Amino acid sequence: MTQMVQDRVIAILAEQAVLDPADIAPDATLESLGIDSLGLVEAIFAIEESFDISVPFNANDPADGAFDISTVASIVAAVEALVAERTA
Amino acid sequence: MNRVVITGAGTINALAHDVPGTLAAFREGRCGITELDIRDRDRLSIQIGGQVHNWDPEAHFNRQQISLYDKFTQFTLLAAREAVAQAGLNFDGHLGYEAGVVLGTAGGGVNTWDENYRAVYEEGKNRVHPFVVPKLMNNAAASHLSMEFNLKGPSFSVATACASSNHAMGLAFQIVRAGGARAMLTGGSESMLCFGGIKAWEGLRVMSKDACRPFSLNRNGMVQGEGAAVFVFEDYEHARTRGAAILAEVAGFAMTADAADIVMPSKQGAARAISGALRDARVPGDAVGYINAHGTGTAANDKTECAAVADVFGAHADRLMISSTKSMHGHLIGGTGAVELLACLMALREGVIAPTIGYDEPDPECALDVVPNVAREAKVEVVLSNAFAFGGLNAVLALRRV
Repeated sequence: MTQMVQDRVIAILAEQAVLDPADIAPDATLESLGIDSLGLVEAIFAIEESFDISVPFNANDPADGAFDISTVASIVAAVEALVAERTA
Repeated sequence: MNRVVITGAGTINALAHDVPGTLAAFREGRCGITELDIRDRDRLSIQIGGQVHNWDPEAHFNRQQISLYDKFTQFTLLAAREAVAQAGLNFDGHLGYEAGVVLGTAGGGVNTWDENYRAVYEEGKNRVHPFVVPKLMNNAAASHLSMEFNLKGPSFSVATACASSNHAMGLAFQIVRAGGARAMLTGGSESMLCFGGIKAWEGLRVMSKDACRPFSLNRNGMVQGEGAAVFVFEDYEHARTRGAAILAEVAGFAMTADAADIVMPSKQGAARAISGALRDARVPGDAVGYINAHGTGTAANDKTECAAVADVFGAHADRLMISSTKSMHGHLIGGTGAVELLACLMALREGVIAPTIGYDEPDPECALDVVPNVAREAKVEVVLSNAFAFGGLNAVLALRRV
């Protein structure tokens, strides 16, 4: 499951960043990928639709909350947790 | 150029169904934001709003009228009746040709859209009521005011999202000032608290689930409201000649566009609108005692607005008061500037500054006197009302005590 979640999250972020998925490193930040606040909100919507989950995210305080958006890897981990919660 | 004064005010919003009740709530720092009472609330992640409770259209309109009036029009008519009664104007004679109406609304008849989409999409009906279009159109409220009061001069509606009312009132001011009308009804209305109206805002991830706390470090977003406010803007000589009670003078107005981002505010665009309104009113910055802030309670707006105020006023920014009444009535989107103008009238006329309630912790990026939690007595001569809309469209009004 992990590989599949990672691939799909990276594909979503790559589309927002207009990059090839192969160029999205796990330790990349959204800022380094050039994804701004609107891009982030759109990416989170795509993640919710793709995995049928609800992501706890408030644009007023992106750094806070249960959903860690500091790197690509942290987003993948947070999505994995939400997917596991849903299927549990 | 004619001087322009306000001779009547009316409102309905989450705090009260009239002006005296709204001002009493401002003085008490009372919160009108509650759990929403709307259909399918359990499917919303945002379940609070500044909703108008105990709204009984049958008490104000007959059955035929209700079939033509969306809620945003009903709210507008109620507010306008209060305003016109206070002004004591009768437009039936020649004055009707020299009077008009400019109203702001962002969404128009959102409840009508919502109900009829449900009928055709959810319930699978293939027929809708014949009045759907005249009910939902953005200019419906302006047109019904023109009919109810016989206003036959310049009349239209303005849609600039959260700045709609301020743009509308600014244009009404310019029309009277330039001699295009002797009196104008102006203000705005919004009624977006329905499933579709809230669901749309949820998508943007800028809404608070618990409270609107403008300028507070722990603010976590905006809360929607609904309602209307309408004012009578009148040529000063006309008002003076007929011995009308004058609530305040509309002294200046400016509007600017950020030309930058569809949702993120710009300090420069806001600052240019504020300084433009001062220039238009020909008042120095240090004459301003109070600013009714746009103050949405989002991270982005509040810090940008405070930075713009600091830029325009320099050292005087630390002496003036700035508060956001959205903490009490919520964000009425296209109607918000109109309801907020009531706080400006209260400041000028009664010397009471409406507070920013829900204020918990100072934010170093909003280090101004935001009149936290408790109303304050203060004599002010000039006040501003800010509105900065999505789309980067800004509109600021300047009012003076008469």
